[in-house]
Amino acid sequence: MTDTDADAGWFAGRDADEAAGRDAVDAARDRIADGETDEPRDWPTLAVDAGFADSTDDYYDRLREATVTATRATVRERERADDQQLIHSVRAMEDSERTANELAERAAEWAGSLFDDAEPGIEGARAVAARKPEGELERRAVSLAARVVDLAAERDALAETIDRTAPAVAPNLVEMAGPELAARLIALAGGLEPLAKKPSGTVQVLGAEDALFAHLSGRAPSPKHGIIYTHDYVRNTRPEDRGSAARALAGKLTLAARVDHYSGERRATLHEELRERMATIRARAETGDGEINGGADPDAEGDA
Amino acid sequence: MSDPDLPAGVERREIAGETRLATRGDPVYGEPTADGWRAWDPERSKLGGMLELGFDTGLTGGETVLYLGAASGTTVSHVADFAGPTYAVEFAPRPARDLLDAAEPRDRLFPLLKDARKPETYAHVVEADIDAVVQDVATRGQATVAARNARFLAEDGRLLLAVKARSEDATADPDEVFETALDELRETYEVLETSRLDRYHEDHLGVVATPR
Ligand SMILES: C[S@@+](CC[C@H](N)C(=O)[O-])C[C@H]1O[C@@H](n2cnc3c(N)ncnc32)[C@H](O)[C@@H]1O
Repeated sequence: MTDTDADAGWFAGRDADEAAGRDAVDAARDRIADGETDEPRDWPTLAVDAGFADSTDDYYDRLREATVTATRATVRERERADDQQLIHSVRAMEDSERTANELAERAAEWAGSLFDDAEPGIEGARAVAARKPEGELERRAVSLAARVVDLAAERDALAETIDRTAPAVAPNLVEMAGPELAARLIALAGGLEPLAKKPSGTVQVLGAEDALFAHLSGRAPSPKHGIIYTHDYVRNTRPEDRGSAARALAGKLTLAARVDHYSGERRATLHEELRERMATIRARAETGDGEINGGADPDAEGDA
Repeated sequence: MSDPDLPAGVERREIAGETRLATRGDPVYGEPTADGWRAWDPERSKLGGMLELGFDTGLTGGETVLYLGAASGTTVSHVADFAGPTYAVEFAPRPARDLLDAAEPRDRLFPLLKDARKPETYAHVVEADIDAVVQDVATRGQATVAARNARFLAEDGRLLLAVKARSEDATADPDEVFETALDELRETYEVLETSRLDRYHEDHLGVVATPR
């Protein structure tokens, strides 16, 4: 076996690291996390031959310390990064969307004064952006419309990124709510962990802070739902059953966030239970029952 | 009480009034224990199911194992209890955190936060000539993952694979999904045994194979 064999192993380069004054554990951790080679070799023997370890047993002791340290550090980094990156993405998407719509209004108003066939909205801006402007003012109005189109494209690209990245952060929540709503809930709570720690009654009205405030100051009835209103289970349930639907959904979303935070594995039963519960609620519409009110509410589960 | 078909270190023991597959070690997922033995629940573990169903796994105890898709360590902790050096690859950070807890009392269990589709990112850590690769990744491209990891196996080593049909195609007929996966697998492996795990895991196929 040649020197280059051992050089490809995670334990190689230790002398150089020591010479550079790096902490041996840190250095080993980085090599476990970032190293690469195509073919595995008999690392235990090579490590003993290279003087890295006294014996195979000693090698395995060191390997274990290095893998545990590396994995712990990477887990911590990635967990922190993932939900925070998702929050940045979803907030950027919301801002792009809102700004695109606002700017589209401005662009449409301006274009309407210059061209007779200008239409409102993003689609209107797209048509204006495709025009050949004449003169400075038209040039500016067409250019403004082009910015609207770019911003709308950025919004769509951000949505795609969220679709791709959210499942790794919160698989169960995404399966239940879809990537965008899941990301919005995480953003409203400030992270997956804070979301996982909220009682389901709070999750139910997340995003309805204004309405909740009005209610608390005695100016309005208590809100039945916040952002979860956008979920099909709430929106497409008849109005008298929406409270039940929102409660059932919020209860399961809360549990999904907890499973995602504490275990990270998919839990099939959670999704089945919600489907069954929603089928029961929606069946009321067929039998003509009204909303059930009372102390023992079957939908109030998940409250901490 | 040892069973000739089971690897040394895996036994059928009387635990909480039932005869159950068990290994010796610290409990990990709230499984019942008796006299230092912990029940190995075949409903929560594809490999546990394969052992219960009498697959010829080739496992004897004390071997070197590469485990792909370790999740929170339910199965790989049992493996580390009876096997030798056990490399556990998992790519999702959250289950990996629990895997670290399972590794705590097991000094030959090496947790690695890596993507099993990219063996080059851990070939500098995982040794060559591994005796058994156990794979339970439950994501699309399960046969591809197995093929890419063949490089770690000894010539007479074993691949112990669980294929989950729904991970490949949630709408297709599982039998067709399994056939496609096996066809791809046969490019790198000789398939020795296959059987459905349905008694414990619906729409899963258990496979024993050896490198070609
Ligand atoms: C069905 S679970 C495994 C359960 C585990 N084998 C047990 O019995 O304790 C599948 C696991 O594979 C992981 N996984 C999926 N694709 C992976 C990949 N490409 N690399 C590593 N792990 C992967 C998932 O994150 C998940 O934790």
